[in-house]
Amino acid sequence: MSETKAKTQGQVVQTTGHAWDGDLQEFNNPLPTWWLWAFYATVVFAVVYWIFYPAWPVGGTFTKGVMNTITFTDSDGSQKTTHWNTRSLLLKELQEGKHAARSREYTEKVAGASYQEILADPEMMEFTRSMAKGVFGDNCAACHGAGGTGVVGLFPNLADDAWLWGGSVEEIETTLREGRYGFMPAFKSALTDRQLDDVASYVLSLSGEAVDADAATRGEKIFQTSEGGCYYCHTSSGTGLKSQGAANLTDQIWTVADVSGAATPEDRKAAVKRVISNGVDRRMPAWSERLSDAQIKLLTVYVHELGGGQ
Amino acid sequence: MIKHESIETNAGLLIVLTLIVISIGGLVEIVPLFFINDTVEEVEGVRPYSALELRGRDIYQREGCYLCHSQMIRPFRDELLRYGHYSLAAESKYDHPFQWGSKRTGPDLARVGNKYSNEWHVAHLVNPRDVVPQSIMPNYPWLLEADLDYSDVQDRMRALKMTGVPYSENQQEFERNVAEFGPAIAEKLDILRAEETLMQQALANDYDGQRSRITEMDALVAYLQVLGTMVDFSKYDEGYFADFR
Ligand code: HEC
Ligand code: HEC
Ligand code: HEC
Repeated sequence: MSETKAKTQGQVVQTTGHAWDGDLQEFNNPLPTWWLWAFYATVVFAVVYWIFYPAWPVGGTFTKGVMNTITFTDSDGSQKTTHWNTRSLLLKELQEGKHAARSREYTEKVAGASYQEILADPEMMEFTRSMAKGVFGDNCAACHGAGGTGVVGLFPNLADDAWLWGGSVEEIETTLREGRYGFMPAFKSALTDRQLDDVASYVLSLSGEAVDADAATRGEKIFQTSEGGCYYCHTSSGTGLKSQGAANLTDQIWTVADVSGAATPEDRKAAVKRVISNGVDRRMPAWSERLSDAQIKLLTVYVHELGGGQ
Repeated sequence: MIKHESIETNAGLLIVLTLIVISIGGLVEIVPLFFINDTVEEVEGVRPYSALELRGRDIYQREGCYLCHSQMIRPFRDELLRYGHYSLAAESKYDHPFQWGSKRTGPDLARVGNKYSNEWHVAHLVNPRDVVPQSIMPNYPWLLEADLDYSDVQDRMRALKMTGVPYSENQQEFERNVAEFGPAIAEKLDILRAEETLMQQALANDYDGQRSRITEMDALVAYLQVLGTMVDFSKYDEGYFADFR
């Protein structure tokens, strides 16, 4: 490229040699010195990096970097040393990092303590609340809501005093580990529309709702005999069998039927009737594979406290 | 020697030379990975998608779910705590194209399989705000109404087979799959029986809660429920995976 000089403000400056439209030229100033040195520095950095970190492919493998290893404790308890890589780095951080060191003391304490000891110890409860809140948010909140209040009909409220499967720590832990299958058959083909109306009236009367007394009496017969067979799961008093996860129908707390959202007595009956005719088929997933034992323990205590426990 | 001036004044040449320079950068970074033995981990369990899951994946792409969701859990502490074990290269070896992504308007989905129930996915896809009040994810109600078109599923599997996904089309390939994946899975990878196994899987699991129909929802939920569930991590020591880096 031919280079020429141009004059500007009294100085002679290099130009690139192009001229457009007759006299339009482009300066060709040298790069600033600081920039040039910064560039050389990055080149030097790259060479140093190649030596100490995994860098160049060689056949079926690659250079692993010299004098740069990571040692961590493997799952089987043995010490393992590898070349520098992000997976080993992660394992080491999980074992020795700032966060790990801070929470290990409590995690070990909670893991070693019985539920009774944890519940009685304000300091451990404080730790449990703060740790479990995050785990709950990542795994449970999508269904049960951030505060555990659930969605009527779909996912039960964990922040109330009513438990389908039991509210003791042992029962809650089983719920979390194994999951639960909430099932009630649909009665729309087994019972007539009138019978559904009657049995819905009886169910509402169980929790003190004012209903047509004749209808409730007819409904009671369906509920308490093999005609409906409701008492198999809900028991004859209506309080529900825990082993079936059958709802307590006497407590004014509704988990599937949207009774609280209904304005008039007719709407309340319709909501209950809908559940009886369509049945219930909903699942709580099992968590024993996804979450660690310690996480399940923290969550058990957390959920127990949310619902006032039992 | 070509003069700089002649490059700058010839747009065609400039484009060709620019492409060459950029590809050198790309090739130097990517090609060695094809030859390094440790790139893809040796793990059991990773299998190609069944016909139904494959159609679900197509719908995932059609609806642009990847614009908001990545499928790549990076080896960082915070990602591990939120999403589970970091993703392995082996887990996306049958994905063409892979869905790693980098845009996370919503959470990563690499391990969403089995995390929620089918009912949750259906309720969530129809209207996310029914279950997550603060969600900004769009509604996809048509998935529940649209019957799944699987008339061309065999062609789709054949296309993937050309890229190296081990679907089978004859007895010999079928037997290879039986040896590698077991008879139950080999059956699902058989192109000739694809429509039959698709229907079987959809009807047996009834993902969308409508027993009488096979909808696009069935396919999408089947796909979501298998994400990240193929490898049983309890079978391996953690350090094992570090050997592959
Ligand atoms: C896919 C949605 C979903 C997710 C996610 C979920 N649950 Fe559940 N959960 C349910 C359903 C549905 C039920 C009700 C089961 C039934 O009807 O018997 C339930 C029931 C429960 C119960 C029993 C309540 C009772 O009254 O006995 C507890 C406790 C519980 N879940 C805790 C949790 C915790 C803790 C998590 C997070 C690790 C979680 N759930 C995640 C859907 C979910
Ligand atoms: C096989 C056991 C079973 C039988 C039989 C059964 N139920 Fe249920 N029922 C359940 C279960 C389990 C639930 C709770 C489901 C859940 O929460 O997941 C339930 C819930 C309900 C609810 C909703 C309660 C709420 O809190 O929202 C009503 C109402 C009800 N049953 C009425 C009846 C009536 C009436 C009959 C008889 C016609 C009947 N059930 C027969 C198991 C049964
Ligand atoms: C506009 C961005 C956007 C698009 C497009 C989108 N999502 Fe989402 N998604 C979100 C956000 C935000 C959340 C978190 C809130 C929630 O759970 O709804 C989410 C959550 C989810 C979750 C729950 C993840 C978890 O672990 O809790 C699933 C599953 C999901 N989306 C699937 C899909 C599918 C399938 C599609 C395509 C049909 C899709 N999303 C499209 C933004 C999006």
